[in-house]
Amino acid sequence: MSKLMKIFTGDSFILSIVAIIMGLILGALVMLIGGYDPFEAYSALITRVYGDSYNFGEAIREMTPLIMTGLAFAFAARTGLFNIGGEGQFLIGMTAASIVGIHVHGLPVYIHAPLAVIAGAVFGGLWAAIAGYLKAARGVNEVISCIMLNWIGLYLSNMIINNYALLDGENRSVDIQPTASIAIGWLSEMMGNARVHWGTVIALLAAVFFYIFMWKTKQGYELRAVGFNQDASKYAGMNVNRNVVKAMFISGAFAGLGGAFTVLGVFGYQSVMASSPGTGFDGIAVALIGMNNPFGIILGSILFGTLTYGSAGMSFSADVPPEIVRIVIGAIIFFIAAQGIVRWVLKPFYAKRKKEKVL
Amino acid sequence: MDVLTIIGQLINTTLVFATALIFTSLGGIFSEKSGVTNLGLEGLMVFGAFAAGVVGHYAQDAGMDAFSAATMGLLAAIVLGTIVSLIHALASITFKADQVISGIVINFLAAGSTLYMVKLLFDGAGETELIAGYSRIAIPYLSQIPLLGDAIFNAYPTTYLAIILVFVSFYVLYKTPFGLRLRSVGEHPSAADTVGIKVNRMRYIGVMLSGALAGIGGATITLTTTGTFSHNTISGQGYIAIAAMIFGKWNPIGAFGAAVFFGLAQAVRNYVQLFAWTQSIPPEVIYMLPYVLTIIVLVAAVGRSSAPSALGQPYDPSKR
Repeated sequence: MSKLMKIFTGDSFILSIVAIIMGLILGALVMLIGGYDPFEAYSALITRVYGDSYNFGEAIREMTPLIMTGLAFAFAARTGLFNIGGEGQFLIGMTAASIVGIHVHGLPVYIHAPLAVIAGAVFGGLWAAIAGYLKAARGVNEVISCIMLNWIGLYLSNMIINNYALLDGENRSVDIQPTASIAIGWLSEMMGNARVHWGTVIALLAAVFFYIFMWKTKQGYELRAVGFNQDASKYAGMNVNRNVVKAMFISGAFAGLGGAFTVLGVFGYQSVMASSPGTGFDGIAVALIGMNNPFGIILGSILFGTLTYGSAGMSFSADVPPEIVRIVIGAIIFFIAAQGIVRWVLKPFYAKRKKEKVL
Repeated sequence: MDVLTIIGQLINTTLVFATALIFTSLGGIFSEKSGVTNLGLEGLMVFGAFAAGVVGHYAQDAGMDAFSAATMGLLAAIVLGTIVSLIHALASITFKADQVISGIVINFLAAGSTLYMVKLLFDGAGETELIAGYSRIAIPYLSQIPLLGDAIFNAYPTTYLAIILVFVSFYVLYKTPFGLRLRSVGEHPSAADTVGIKVNRMRYIGVMLSGALAGIGGATITLTTTGTFSHNTISGQGYIAIAAMIFGKWNPIGAFGAAVFFGLAQAVRNYVQLFAWTQSIPPEVIYMLPYVLTIIVLVAAVGRSSAPSALGQPYDPSKR
């Protein structure tokens, strides 16, 4: 418990809160300049998300994949890798889950659904491992290979859906078998058919797994050591290259799971897409807001999900363009990244606190 | 259509697609040579495309002819790109934030604020009104050359400007004292500091140049290809420009080659269904090709990275 208290009173936590508040204020200023009422807009945003059970359930649906792509980015970041390929890994995870969900017949639900979920994780992981392998074996910068793999993943997914699972005359796949669904039927009915699913539970467990693996196991220690100082870990006898591939695999598996949830829990099919869904990039934002900490990421996805899902309500009842929330999110990340600015704003408060201590 | 006409059109379309990438990857080079990673090129392009669409529209409304209106849009894109790049510079140079993160911030701000402003200015519509933009200019005599003349020398003015800037950039970076200073703060900032070069000031200049050039890159798309600005005017072009820069080993000529390569790959899509023998190939394979080829080339030829050695590290004079 005291540990928990420490998290909430820690320096970085306070800085994040202040950064969030500054971001919201900046958004309010932009709304004022545009001639809108920020109080009305923000209250419409909150009402939309937390006003009734249907929208609350849908907001949770929105947050779930963000937790996964956020964990994906943070896991790689903790090991010194920049995984900007969450987008492609998410799509490959979706596609793997779709194919297993559509083409595997006759399994009971308790085997079929987990199988489809695992397929999403494994293929998302393998997709990321390509970038890891290229970095380890050939020294190819993972940022550029991930950007390339995002595009390849988009077209590969479209090709697979087009050729192996297309619903005639539509731009989407046929529906997955009912046995592959991870929707929570009873809860969904209670929440006015909001698309809630087991993926949310798995996402929370994934955050716990992240924490335990990274900070409580030998393997996690090794990965962090490699991220912290490659040369030192090499001299200490660690296999840096293998750890790079491993770290990318686990990172991609998180993103792939996010994709699998979207097919198996939300839509029940996969669309042929003209461009990437953007969840992978949003995950980077979530991870940055959460400071690459698994529990921070859950909080970050709640904030991000609330803002994006609520923005629809904001435009609906207060007539404010919903794009404003992207400005707010951008500003929050900016203030978190440039902590110098926040510290400068907080300077008077810190000074006061010190004086009190002296007295 | 006979094959020669198709090849001619293909070259022409390639140049159109490549132009925006050339500007933007040149911008990336200036920023990264000074030691500042710029992942915000995508966002800077969005701002440039936005400025060109809005200012171009108002200039045209005010009675300017298409060329002047487009040029006003282009200038506005330079100004806005430069201003926005200052956010990245402020965070990553002055406040020593993670450069990758502050680049991503630019992308987020771009997506949100441009559409927000478009909706404010155009009564809630998600895009700017259509403008004429630039039209092609044929260079006298040169465009008369059979086949190649019409393919290369009948292009948009932006394409000519891009090609000129490739050589200007090369000259500035490698043949002038300014270029030497810029590169030195990206390779070894403390050594540069020792000989009296203002490291942070040089980096500010590098980032601002990247903002100006990426702004033009974005404007190019509005002014030659789409004629309007909407949420998908720039979809991933900035990231491809980053790839072109790395592909071209941070050298303007190399980046130009890479940009043409990506432009060709995009142009090929338009023609691939024309021939019987190519129709059996799934179109997605063609779409994937440039990205797969990039990876193959990176693995085979480029080898270990040739990035500026101080790239991504804020300069801290107290560290040696």
